[in-house]
Amino acid sequence: MKALDTIAAIATPNAPGGIGIVRISGSAAIVTAQKLFYRKKSVDWSRLQGYHMMYGTIKAAGEAPEQPVLGDTGNEKIPNDGNCELRAAHCEMIDEAICLVFRSPGSYTGEDVVELQCHGGLIVLRRVLRAVLACGTGVRLAEPGEFTKRAFLNGKLDLAKAEAVMQLVRARSEQASRAAAAAMGGSLSQRIAEIRGGLIALAAHSSAWIDYPEDVIEELPPERVALALHNAREALRALLSRCEANEAVMEGVDTVLLGKPNVGKSTLMNQLAGYSRSIVTELPGTTRDTVTEMVQLGNVLLRLTDTAGIHETEHPIERIGVERSRTAAARAALLLLLLDASAPLSEEDEALLAQCEGERTIVLCNKSDLGLALDLGALRAKHPYVLPVSAATGEGLESLARALERLLGTERFSPCEPMLATQRQRHCAEEALAALQEAVQALEQGFGLDAIQICVEDAVQALYSLTGERAGEAIVNEVFEHFCVGK
Amino acid sequence: MDQLIDIAVIGAGHAGIEAALAAARLGCRTAIFTINLDWVGNMPCNPSIGGSSKGHLVREIDALGGEMARAADETAIQCRMLNLGKGPAVHSPRAQVDRRAYADSMKHRLELQPNLEIRQAEIVDLVRCAGSVERPWSISTRTGTRIAAKCVILATGTFLRGRVHVGQASCDGGPDGMPSARALTQALRALDIPLRRFKTGTPPRLHRRSVDLSRMELQRGDPEAVPFSFETRAEPRQSALCYLTYTTRETKRVILENLHQSPLYSGQIEGVGPRYCPSIEDKIVRFPDKERHALFLEPCGERTEELYLQGCSSSLPEDVQMAFLRTIPGLEACEVTRPAYAIEYDCADPLALRHSLEFRELPGLFGAGQFNGSSGYEEAAAQGLIAGINAAHRVLGRPAFVLSRAEAYIGTLIDDLVTKGCGDPYRMMTSRSEFRLLLRHDSADRRLLPYGRALGLVSRERFARHQEKLAAIETEKRRAEKTTIPSSRELNLLLESLGSSPISSGARLADLLRRPRLGYAPLEPYDSTRPGDLSREVAEQVEIDLKYAGYIKRQQAQVQEMNRLEAVRLPEDLDYEKLASLRMEAREKLAKVRPETLGQASRISGVNPADISVLMIFLKTKGQL
Repeated sequence: MKALDTIAAIATPNAPGGIGIVRISGSAAIVTAQKLFYRKKSVDWSRLQGYHMMYGTIKAAGEAPEQPVLGDTGNEKIPNDGNCELRAAHCEMIDEAICLVFRSPGSYTGEDVVELQCHGGLIVLRRVLRAVLACGTGVRLAEPGEFTKRAFLNGKLDLAKAEAVMQLVRARSEQASRAAAAAMGGSLSQRIAEIRGGLIALAAHSSAWIDYPEDVIEELPPERVALALHNAREALRALLSRCEANEAVMEGVDTVLLGKPNVGKSTLMNQLAGYSRSIVTELPGTTRDTVTEMVQLGNVLLRLTDTAGIHETEHPIERIGVERSRTAAARAALLLLLLDASAPLSEEDEALLAQCEGERTIVLCNKSDLGLALDLGALRAKHPYVLPVSAATGEGLESLARALERLLGTERFSPCEPMLATQRQRHCAEEALAALQEAVQALEQGFGLDAIQICVEDAVQALYSLTGERAGEAIVNEVFEHFCVGK
Repeated sequence: MDQLIDIAVIGAGHAGIEAALAAARLGCRTAIFTINLDWVGNMPCNPSIGGSSKGHLVREIDALGGEMARAADETAIQCRMLNLGKGPAVHSPRAQVDRRAYADSMKHRLELQPNLEIRQAEIVDLVRCAGSVERPWSISTRTGTRIAAKCVILATGTFLRGRVHVGQASCDGGPDGMPSARALTQALRALDIPLRRFKTGTPPRLHRRSVDLSRMELQRGDPEAVPFSFETRAEPRQSALCYLTYTTRETKRVILENLHQSPLYSGQIEGVGPRYCPSIEDKIVRFPDKERHALFLEPCGERTEELYLQGCSSSLPEDVQMAFLRTIPGLEACEVTRPAYAIEYDCADPLALRHSLEFRELPGLFGAGQFNGSSGYEEAAAQGLIAGINAAHRVLGRPAFVLSRAEAYIGTLIDDLVTKGCGDPYRMMTSRSEFRLLLRHDSADRRLLPYGRALGLVSRERFARHQEKLAAIETEKRRAEKTTIPSSRELNLLLESLGSSPISSGARLADLLRRPRLGYAPLEPYDSTRPGDLSREVAEQVEIDLKYAGYIKRQQAQVQEMNRLEAVRLPEDLDYEKLASLRMEAREKLAKVRPETLGQASRISGVNPADISVLMIFLKTKGQL
């Protein structure tokens, strides 16, 4: 019966950097390092303690036909002392490196872990990784998220914390990174445990009351039951109500930039993105495709999609672009409608305004520096957020940021507050809340504790799923598919 | 020459009786051995059967064709339904029973059973005969008889190396002054059965004439007694009265001052006592804030003056018992006929058992009752029944009969024992079941009678009567859905008085029954088409089915969720020691319990969800998931 394979991957970003790390985890991690890592002083690898750090070189059989002579092949003539010069005779040096050794269970994954810290060149790192995979110890390339998956499987992290690691890795802003760090520290797990604790205490009391009818245990008055249910419900509601704001900070909001051709959408986009990406010309319809940029405004992240100028056209290529932008607008969570403030509303503008009605929209009046021809008051009567901006100078973007924060409720966002960071977590919380609603309903209708407890039990189970303290294959897979390799 | 039989049952307590009867009824040549044939089915502790969740077990035993319910109905002297007003899932029948009459009734039932031999004998040896494939087990009596059997069921209760303690005084002995069985332990050790020592206790018995009952609260039986057996037609007797009194501050003082004299605190007793059935000294130490503890006086039978003092088990010396009893209102001048005592006994670690209650490593050897680490008559009887069925199935070459947690409290009890084991005598509680609303006492026949019939323990006639009941339930449900009850001033007054909203036009009977505070009884005057022969049982089922439909559905979803893991079988020969990514603790526990399914693995204490995920990944790589 085989244990889990030993896995390896480049743990640092897939880009040149000062330092690059190849991480190896599993029972063969240390023997792998032993084959590749050479040091002046001999090393007794088998006795090496965890949290040990060594300087040396990484060598591997290069193009030379012969394999390196290795201590553990059973060749008696060559002592297994880790002395590099003798063994490395046929090897080629790949890089100088620091070798970090962690012993199970005192490592990130809970398994034996070796980190080879090399110079950060991509080619170097790839060569080191190749050497690790090819040195005959059965190491294979890690799948995305596999290191953290193992940490979870070995009980080093609960699921909510594992997801926080993922968030931290992908964090696109400082706020997001701070929030993920708080979650990794367990702020969400702790809040969920508190909510669950209250429900379990409720169940425990009613159980005692039922199981010891002779012991004169006080019945919980319905008000107390109601209060316990209410508290749990409010705590969950608070978490859920912050979801959208959290998502705006952590993940970004799908936003579509709308406006008639040539109103300045690309200019605004570029202003926001900080560099030129779309082609800007004076000819209507030059922007044919949708272009998406990640833009930060205040503490809000926008996944901003610039659309081809929306207007009816016979030109086949443009028609595709127009259609795409309509689709994008239909899917968006937020619309930014750009109008030309220096000209009165055109028919197209009116059509777009009508399209935005009922949608979450911020109306931006561009070229406000060229004088106002629009009646902002009239616009504001229909759309609560109407702001003058200048795409060319960037004027008014500060107030756009404030408006976004207000609109998305991120003004009071605090990275230290526990938050539901993923769809999966949100789904579990919603399930728990629904079960609690039903419990409250049962209580109000005068049903016995039986009915209430069934619902409470469902809520407790959903909360266990949230933190991954209940086993389920689907959960495990879903979460780890989204991890990047090497973390 | 050895005597040859199919199944030998060692012990004729509540477990042994059910085991022997089931085995004999399934056609196996069975013999039951007991140290004292006059006390078959003895109740050495409380003179009552049933109670919270235990009543459920009794009704389940009945639905599977067991005996306990019928004997209890026949000899009951007071019946009550506990937890009324706490929801139908936790209603629990309980009866005071005449213990002498119960033992006699059980003895007679054993005597009348064909295929069953009854023997008064102490079993002193149990060995495996390597030579005999046909009858691999051999037992010996103290008087020198040897019997060869295909299967042996151990149901030794508190007799196995029993030792009785009253204060510092102690002696070898079994319950109620009977001798202990001292020799068998050695044989069990030689078989490598993991043994441990448990302890239990019983309160004092008092002479009725010495007790001032007028100073206590009176407890009568219910006006309408619900029998345990679905087959009992005659209403059980309601002759007895019980009484309630309380300990005082003075009781507490006397006990605390003499605590050092308890063999438990001095270390003289090494056995582990039942956490959920604590002695009076335990209660006082563990709940220092509680002002008083309730004590019930229950008659031991109709033809005795002895009263059982429920809630007052103790291992303090006799003089201390006397001193603290006299601080209790009504007991100031009490005469103690038998002092409270603690008893230590040998029992097996149930983790060595399969769900069939057969020892994993010892084919043909079964355990049941207190021998498996449980506590309580009903828990014992339930295991006895299952062990008897499975021993017979082994003899007959049939597959093991196992009930799941979602089907019965019996399934929950056995799964808990063989999966989680027990650190102290295991007591059934409703909170041990995740599926209480499905496992109601009133639904035991609907859940289990088909099994009883399929096993051959329930007669064709009885099963036919059950099917008539099911048909009546369906008919009545249809009638309730079709029947419209017209609105009237009287009806609306009734609805309002019950806290239910009035109706403006007519309402369907079913919809009214769905309302939480309404039921068949109050609606009777307005329900003109109600059939005259609508039985209480049928009406109750219809009412619960209608009222709780949504919650029952929710619970069934929970069952399905559990069954997903339950359906994944773990290979018998899985070498957990070699699954390196399992945590050490999980590896050890899994190797010890050897769970049959992933679901069972997930319930082992010390195995966490991450470990289950590891097992899932392992099974997946093996292509078994």
